[in-house]
Amino acid sequence: MKRILQRASIGVCVAAGLLASPSALAGKDLDAIRKRGELICGVSTGVAGFSAADSQGRWTGLDVDFCRAVAAAVLKDGTKVRFAPLTSQQRFTALQSGEVDLLSRNTTWTSTRDASLGLHFTSIVFYDGQGFLVPKSLNVKSAKALKGATVCVQSGTTTERNLSDFSRANNLNLKPVVFADFAATNAAYFGGRCQVYTTDASALASIRAKEAPKPDDHVILPELISKEPLAPAVRRGDDEFFAVVKWVAFALIEAEELGITQANVDQQQKESPNPAVARLLGSGTEDSGKPLGLDKEWAYRAIKTVGNYGEVYERNVGPKTPIGLPRGANDLWSNGGLMYAPPIR
Amino acid sequence: MLYQAVALLVIGLAVWLLVHNTHENLRGRGIQSGFDFLGAAAGFDIGETPIPFSPADSYARAIWIGVLNTLRVALIGILLTTVVGVLIGIGRFSRNALVRALCSSYVEVFRNVPLLLQLLMWYLLFVEVLPPPQAAWQVAGLIYLSKGGLAFPVPVWGAAHLWGLAGVLTGLAAGWGWRRWAQRQFELTGEERDRVWVPVLAVLLCAAVGAWLGGAPGEWQVPEQLPFAVDGGASATPEFLALLLGLVLYTAAFVAEVVRGGIQSVGRGQVEAAGALGLSHRQQMRLVVLPQALRVIVPPLTNQYLNLTKNSSLAVAIGYPDVVSIANTTLNQSGRAVECIAIIMVVYLTTSLTTSAFMNVYNRRVAIKER
Repeated sequence: MKRILQRASIGVCVAAGLLASPSALAGKDLDAIRKRGELICGVSTGVAGFSAADSQGRWTGLDVDFCRAVAAAVLKDGTKVRFAPLTSQQRFTALQSGEVDLLSRNTTWTSTRDASLGLHFTSIVFYDGQGFLVPKSLNVKSAKALKGATVCVQSGTTTERNLSDFSRANNLNLKPVVFADFAATNAAYFGGRCQVYTTDASALASIRAKEAPKPDDHVILPELISKEPLAPAVRRGDDEFFAVVKWVAFALIEAEELGITQANVDQQQKESPNPAVARLLGSGTEDSGKPLGLDKEWAYRAIKTVGNYGEVYERNVGPKTPIGLPRGANDLWSNGGLMYAPPIR
Repeated sequence: MLYQAVALLVIGLAVWLLVHNTHENLRGRGIQSGFDFLGAAAGFDIGETPIPFSPADSYARAIWIGVLNTLRVALIGILLTTVVGVLIGIGRFSRNALVRALCSSYVEVFRNVPLLLQLLMWYLLFVEVLPPPQAAWQVAGLIYLSKGGLAFPVPVWGAAHLWGLAGVLTGLAAGWGWRRWAQRQFELTGEERDRVWVPVLAVLLCAAVGAWLGGAPGEWQVPEQLPFAVDGGASATPEFLALLLGLVLYTAAFVAEVVRGGIQSVGRGQVEAAGALGLSHRQQMRLVVLPQALRVIVPPLTNQYLNLTKNSSLAVAIGYPDVVSIANTTLNQSGRAVECIAIIMVVYLTTSLTTSAFMNVYNRRVAIKER
């Protein structure tokens, strides 16, 4: 009997671990959000410019603004968002298990993630690439000169793999030290354990601005060693919500292209003779919201809440912020960037 | 018997239900599952690897390296913890008041501060205080200490070591023979002979002679200073050192209490009786107190060993690539959450059960023999 009990207790332990996996959920996400009257948005635990809480607990950032825009379109109120800070390891499980409705957390869109995790990436909201942050005192001009260096990495990202690919391709023998969260990684890099810090260039800029004792002592090397298209993601199983999230992003880009801003959106709605503007803002006879299961003014509210894509960018990560990232690939296609929205009609 | 069968059936059913439910849910959401990913190329690098590893190797090998890293820190940790813990525990009975006070404040301080904090403290201390690898502290160009870790020379495996090892074995045999002879002499004549230093000397001497016969000193692999790092030789990273130090100091505080409790459990009368028989202080300890104390010490000591092993999973906070850290990375690269967590659980379960099994064997040896 003792043996049997012993074995049984092992079984129960293993089973208890499996219990931690997602439980069954039914119904459409969109309905659930409406019923709840609140959008639950998975964000980072603090990447300045993308999603970070200030001293009063107010969330700001590009990813945060996107959540507000979705809430404005779906719930008619951009403030009805609850932000759930997630580490990079928690994020997919949180989305899969229904803990959050929308994952808007500087997450790279890759084929493996898209195909095997039971989620859909909606559309790219930021084009990023993995870079290297080094102290100026090292006097290094290129990442290829970092032979044998130790590199601080945060675990749970695409970063480790890119780093290893780059190290192998250039025969650099880089040594990774992998940490579970940003705080420990920052402490190790600024303490001098590693000569190099690698993650998405946008996050490096944010870390340099917020965490460095002296931001000017550190420099981001010119090489970007990967493509990191950051995109929000939704759970599979609700195609309507998937479409809504996708088109909110497109609406913000379209608004920038049409010259609609947070300041002039009311005026544009009333006065613009442009049929494309009327369609987007719901002032004409056409109803762009109906096919999405939304009302006529969905895009108007999104723009009214956060501004167009360019405004969101400039406010959170643009050259005038401490993050100071130039538009680059994130400019409109008509300005030589990659931001291009399919037509709203 | 019937109730037992029913209970077993219920438990089995519950397990099956859980597994089945998880499986169905995962499939229903289009989340791929299964252990086939273990064979695929890992694609990421690992900072410290006891056996060779390249990113082209499989996930399975990466996780195995994690297991080895966990075992490495756990084994060395258990050995050091035992030494430190026993010394501190005995120190609390010292006749020197300062030693007693130091030992008890050690226990109180290290036992009552959360381990994670201690680990972070040691790690940040290493990272802040030590010089950068470009300007490592060095001893005669052989040993380097820096933020990059501790690098020291290691001999290149050769004939000398084989001979040296043969010498150690010979020395052990000789030492064992001496002890048996000393025991018999004691029983026959009552004359005490040294049983510790002679065998130790025998082992050292035989090892040295063996190594010399084999052609020592052979080749050494010596670390050298590179622009960004110290490379070559053997090295221990600051992550490893901080983790080891944190685990040892923390667990040793508990072991010290276990040892103290064990010794105090032996009645005063026993010691007094031993004294009355004319045994010296050391003999009282070795022949009367310790054999009885060990019975009390061993079971809770096993618990502390298990705690140390399991606590090593906090390594992930300070960047040491233990099995949890590597399984986390694997989880993120492959997206197989349930599988990776199950692997972590199986690894800790196996190590814990193995440790318990060994300690149970030892416990049976020191337990009271009732015939």
